[in-house]
Amino acid sequence: MFEAIAFYLFAFLTISMFYIAVTTSQALYALSALAAGMMFISAFFFILGADFLGAVQIIVYSGAVMALYAFGMMFFDTTREVKEKQSNKMIIVGLSLLSAFLVVVIFAAPLVSSNITALYPIVEGAGNTQEVGMVLFTKYLVPFEVAAIMLLVAMISGIVLAGKKMDLSLTLMSDAQVEEFRDEQNKKVLL
Amino acid sequence: MMEIGLNHYLALSAILFAIGLVGVMRRKNLLLLFLATEILLNSVNIAFAAISHYYGDLTGQMFAFFVIAIAASEVAVGLGLLIVWHKRHGNIDLDKMSTMKG
Repeated sequence: MFEAIAFYLFAFLTISMFYIAVTTSQALYALSALAAGMMFISAFFFILGADFLGAVQIIVYSGAVMALYAFGMMFFDTTREVKEKQSNKMIIVGLSLLSAFLVVVIFAAPLVSSNITALYPIVEGAGNTQEVGMVLFTKYLVPFEVAAIMLLVAMISGIVLAGKKMDLSLTLMSDAQVEEFRDEQNKKVLL
Repeated sequence: MMEIGLNHYLALSAILFAIGLVGVMRRKNLLLLFLATEILLNSVNIAFAAISHYYGDLTGQMFAFFVIAIAASEVAVGLGLLIVWHKRHGNIDLDKMSTMKG
């Protein structure tokens, strides 16, 4: 009963927030509506008993990703109204066909996989965080480490692309300018 | 109607995915297009968590974690590239990026 009420309430809120995020012409409205939608999505994770995933959703999406987008908005001129694409007939037809196909696949998938058995069944008497740790550090240890390396690479690339020396960018200079810049740097190091 | 099953969550996931697709199709500003891709990734996460709950299997939650990690690194790299583009061209409109258009 309460689960149904919560599900429909949060489904309505999430869909309306994401609809605003997609259709509004103000970038700030889109950003804040998306942040609210992320929060409401974490409610689904709590309903489904995935507590750790819900907490990660709030921390990573509503915290880190939204802060990154907010920083990004400061660089770009997003205060003016955003112009939209003129809607194309072909795009609408293709989108509706794709959505219909998606719905059919989604409702057929549980029927096809009705005899499926759990590979990593939920352990009795352990909290969700404990279970997640047990599975993550045994079966999914290698993907976990690869994800850590990928995040490190992403951090380094973010620093290189948008970091210090905002007035010049290594990716935009011609080769001669890069050589000149490197010589200057070497001189500084030698002095 | 009152009993919430797996299909309810999958239908919600499909609706959110469709909203994200509409956003990807009609946005011209690249920053707002990135926001629409976040909606796509989140809708898939809901489906993963719901399947994980209803089959009593933790694999779905694991995949949701990896999707979140990938989304975080995508945002970091994508915003860095956007800043470089904006410094060079002064705009982030998708239509003005078609330099290789034949």
